[in-house]
Amino acid sequence: MSEIVHPLHRFRRPSVTSTTNCPGCGNGIVVQSILRAIDELGMGLDDFVFVSGIGCAAWIPSPFFNADVLHTTHGRPIAFALGIKVGLPEKKVMVTSGDGDLAAIGGNHLIQNARRNVEMVAICLNNGIYGMTGGQAAPTTPIGVKTTTTPYGAFENSFDISRLVIAAGASFVARWTTVHPRQLTGSLKKAIQKKGFSFIEVFSHCPIQFGRKTGVGNAIQMMEDYRKRSILAKEAAKLSPEELQDRIVVGELVDIEKPEMVEEIEKMKKRASGGNG
Amino acid sequence: MSEKRVLTGRYFMMGNVACAEGAIAAGCEFTAGYPITPATEIANQLAERLPRVGGTFLQMEDEISSIAAVIGASWTGKKSMTVTSGPGISLMLENIGFAIGVETPCVIVNVQRGAPSTGMPTIGIQGDMVQAKRGSHGDYEIIALCPSSPQEMFNHTIIAFNYAERYRTPVFILSDAFVGHMREEVIIPEPEKINTVYRKIPEPGMDPQTMRGFLDEDVAPMPIFGRGYKAHVTSSCHDEYGKRNLIDLSALDNYVRKLSNKILKHRDEITLVERDYEGAETVLVSYGAVARAAAMAASRAKEEGIPVGTLRLITVWPFPEEEIEKMARQAKHVIVLENNLGQIYPYIKAEAAHFSEVSFLPPRVIGQIQDPEDILRKIREVTP
Repeated sequence: MSEIVHPLHRFRRPSVTSTTNCPGCGNGIVVQSILRAIDELGMGLDDFVFVSGIGCAAWIPSPFFNADVLHTTHGRPIAFALGIKVGLPEKKVMVTSGDGDLAAIGGNHLIQNARRNVEMVAICLNNGIYGMTGGQAAPTTPIGVKTTTTPYGAFENSFDISRLVIAAGASFVARWTTVHPRQLTGSLKKAIQKKGFSFIEVFSHCPIQFGRKTGVGNAIQMMEDYRKRSILAKEAAKLSPEELQDRIVVGELVDIEKPEMVEEIEKMKKRASGGNG
Repeated sequence: MSEKRVLTGRYFMMGNVACAEGAIAAGCEFTAGYPITPATEIANQLAERLPRVGGTFLQMEDEISSIAAVIGASWTGKKSMTVTSGPGISLMLENIGFAIGVETPCVIVNVQRGAPSTGMPTIGIQGDMVQAKRGSHGDYEIIALCPSSPQEMFNHTIIAFNYAERYRTPVFILSDAFVGHMREEVIIPEPEKINTVYRKIPEPGMDPQTMRGFLDEDVAPMPIFGRGYKAHVTSSCHDEYGKRNLIDLSALDNYVRKLSNKILKHRDEITLVERDYEGAETVLVSYGAVARAAAMAASRAKEEGIPVGTLRLITVWPFPEEEIEKMARQAKHVIVLENNLGQIYPYIKAEAAHFSEVSFLPPRVIGQIQDPEDILRKIREVTP
């Protein structure tokens, strides 16, 4: 009798036998979507270099994926990834990160590299909170929400990260939630193949630091909340901003072609050394 | 590629330009930086010359991303460098600690300028000497070289790359605005006369699970990306295999000590000094641009019949303790000269004061290298 093994287990680093994620964390759903996308494209982890920063989402590839993984400093993974992509243009570079890492401390690297349109996939697991440090407010925390650093309710406006990245010039932007794993996998496949900066925002439930403290509830209740609030972009286009309050607009928001930076560097080098380009 | 990497010849060249040429001659393929006075000429030269020899210069959004991209590129196997001045180093310090923690070869050029804060950008001071060693958080060792001429901006940049590759660590060039902007004769040798070192990498096909790619005091081979080594690279406390361990204090102890010992164990090979103090009762100890004034003062003193010698530190970090002690055992008086309020002086004093009288002569005006006349006056003062 042969042992039954999950088909994605071959992507796991053999020395890693447990997860550091909290019970009910949304990370696992995104892990599956990433690995399924790679698998369905007929690719392997050796085709990738994974880069992460600091925060719960950084632990998706590090140390779990049996691949080259650079686990970097807070907010900077995209800047490290740029150096890696220039050094290894034939490899796919994927950044997994959170809303605090990418939209707060690392916001400039996010928009600058969307502007550069350097080919990489940046996945932002947006849980609306700082999970790892114990539930502090993020630039994505909805106004009014009580967190450990906003005990009387958040008093700042929040970011729409996907809109920010679209405005900065990314060539592929999609947003899904942890109740859309199949759609997420589909968008990831497109993002991996895209010649340009691809950004995928995933509303990812954090039952421990967000659900429990805000009263939204446990993982199931949070996912149910995502399901109710989600609206496809083409449906959302018919509604007014007031009607879209508290809704999560999901779908593939941008998919355009424009010059990619690493290719442009190669053309520039040819020009510099007197060739055509 | 239509252009030569090594521009063999005799030039009248600016120190900053010589630094860029040294990097290219050393085999540098990737550079990233952010414009800052007085280091911009290095970036400009790299931006112009590197693409013609197949390399890349990227102007980044800030110095934080500059060092990040350099570290990322180094992990792909490219010799990498960033250039900046003090304010830029202040921004880079967290990621410099990262580079040390995950043992990343790279060169960091600091063309020091009037400080603190925005200070006085076009004036050279030696204000960031201890920052290079102690600026990032935690215990660590660093390698830093202090050029005192455009020729050394070329030579030391090559040495810096060789040390970075040999010891898998960031290496600082601690220049300043005077040396960076100085124009002098620079001789670029034939390529075959330039010694270049490349990091060790693991044997192809090694099992990633049994590969020890970190924390070896004799420098582990670097499991660079894209070769199937499946390297897990984290600056969190890890073991020899790169496996994170945030539970055992013994793992933290091993992590901190191995990284430091990797440099300290090889201090003798890393230490470069210029000694000219045989028979001298008074020795002037200096580095960088100030060493030029020290050399002139010593030669004038000798003309007056006062036995004065010089010790010039080329390697300032790791601190060349033995060289200082050896000098101090022979000298009666040691005069330390720096273009600051005494940054390396306490380190020199700690080694030398047991054997000789040690004093410090700051410049009369910070940012103005000591007048050889002032140094002579000090020499006469300490020499009965």
